[in-house]
Amino acid sequence: MEDRKVIETTDLTKRYHRQTAVDRLNFSVCEGEVFGFLGPNGAGKTTTLLMLLGLSEPTAGTARICGLNPTRDAREVKRLVGYLPENVGFYGDLDAVQSLAYVADLNAIGRDEAEGRINELLDLVGLKTDARKKVAQFSRGMKQRLGIAEVLIKTPKVLFLDEPTLGLDPDGALRLIDLIRSLNQEKGITVLLSSHNLFQVQKISHRVGIMIQGKMVAQGSIDGLAKEKFGLGDKEYSLEEIYMRYFQEV
Amino acid sequence: MEGLYAVFRKELSDHFTSYRFVILFTLIAMVSFITSYMAGVHLRESLEGVAKPKFVFLMLFNTPGAIFSMLQFVAFFGPLIGLVLGFDAINRERAHGTLIKLISQPIYRDAVINGKFLAGVATITIMLVSIVLVVAGFGLNIVGVVPGIEEVWRLFVYLVISIFYISFWLGLSILFSICFRSIATSALASIALWIFLSFFVSLGAEVLANTISPIEGKENLSPDIVMKNAQIKERVGLFSPMVLYSNASATIVDPMRKTTKSMILIGPMEELSASRFQNPLPLGQSILVVYPYVVALIAVTLICFAISYLVFMMQEIRT
Repeated sequence: MEDRKVIETTDLTKRYHRQTAVDRLNFSVCEGEVFGFLGPNGAGKTTTLLMLLGLSEPTAGTARICGLNPTRDAREVKRLVGYLPENVGFYGDLDAVQSLAYVADLNAIGRDEAEGRINELLDLVGLKTDARKKVAQFSRGMKQRLGIAEVLIKTPKVLFLDEPTLGLDPDGALRLIDLIRSLNQEKGITVLLSSHNLFQVQKISHRVGIMIQGKMVAQGSIDGLAKEKFGLGDKEYSLEEIYMRYFQEV
Repeated sequence: MEGLYAVFRKELSDHFTSYRFVILFTLIAMVSFITSYMAGVHLRESLEGVAKPKFVFLMLFNTPGAIFSMLQFVAFFGPLIGLVLGFDAINRERAHGTLIKLISQPIYRDAVINGKFLAGVATITIMLVSIVLVVAGFGLNIVGVVPGIEEVWRLFVYLVISIFYISFWLGLSILFSICFRSIATSALASIALWIFLSFFVSLGAEVLANTISPIEGKENLSPDIVMKNAQIKERVGLFSPMVLYSNASATIVDPMRKTTKSMILIGPMEELSASRFQNPLPLGQSILVVYPYVVALIAVTLICFAISYLVFMMQEIRT
């Protein structure tokens, strides 16, 4: 693939006191890709995402987002990247439209334009009928979809999704994954998806990276990783088998 | 600048729609209403027989009616407005997971804290101005005296000083909301500090002064000892923003006062002249007298906000 690199890191490192959270991380994500970002809890995935966004300063190494340095051009990077944090929060006393309008406001999107986009996005994430309901009354699935709408309002080039399907029922998770897939295919948005649900990751990711104890132990297409670990064979390996294999080795 | 206005508007609308604001505003409006009414009733009595009363209108604010004057009331309980508006500014967003969302938008991070602080200051301003206007209107009705231009200016200066005073407490409670993750902790910490600085410092000042240069129970007191005692009391007392504020606003709203010092060791001649020549200070001179206190008050307000600003900018935000 000779695509343009949207995310690229070189020796990205983050240390807290003596503990190394992210250890010389090198990986890249190409334009139009869905990159599955895997790893156990505490592997440093969220820390990496924060550094890529410019919210946390790397101890060493560099990151590039669309050629920009997140530490220096944090605002430019945040204009391009939509970040959906794990367990994203909402203002419970606002309704869906007000929540989106606030985010649009923060992105300096004009009133009229914002109104159009809000309608469009509510349609896209399927919250049209609940548009005027207070977010406090939303179910988890609805909140997560509202979260997606909030990151889409700035028409990002890249999406960072941190555990977007966590705690969703199977149907809700499926709908969310379909939504992410359609965003990627129809709008060409590059997605960096961190998740523990390997089955879902396998369904939509073009490539995956496995991060364990701050190190990226493997990255590549699922088939490629399978070949690397299990050799050539007719058998199709699931991502789960591959992941467990890597996990046991470390 | 972008982002700042968005945060400011959101915070302002939050303040005005929150129950705590409505409750606090009702409470404070009610109390100032009552105090000014008391002052108004009192005023008629105290002005009886005075040939040429001056600054009658200001007396609505500085005359202690039944319990305390409107001025003392703001000095005592004004801080509560600041504390209530700020004690959960940051940690509430953190607890709800909205802070990370906020700062991952393309805004400067300081837009969040500046917007919150300014929205608080705007709320305080609106609250104080409306209370002063209500009391003034009420006073027009009861006392039937129209304020002169100088009185209006004095009230204006008083409002500016009061806004800084309450903003100091706002800044302090925002600082606590940044430092403490738990909302209850930051609320308790700000109230504890308020009680300490407002009530215990002056008490402590007295204890300290009496320990260092005791004046009680002595027969032949030399003036030096008395002076030293008073000086210590005053200097230590200045650690309390309430004392600072009372000093800063003293000659502004009470033009008959010519100094912020409590008169001690006054000779018979001086006493006579003080009582004979009861003329008010002009506004410019009144400001000059309290100038150091005003500057100190503004300085502590800005320092307090600067500290919260720095702490917030350097903190790593993960949730």
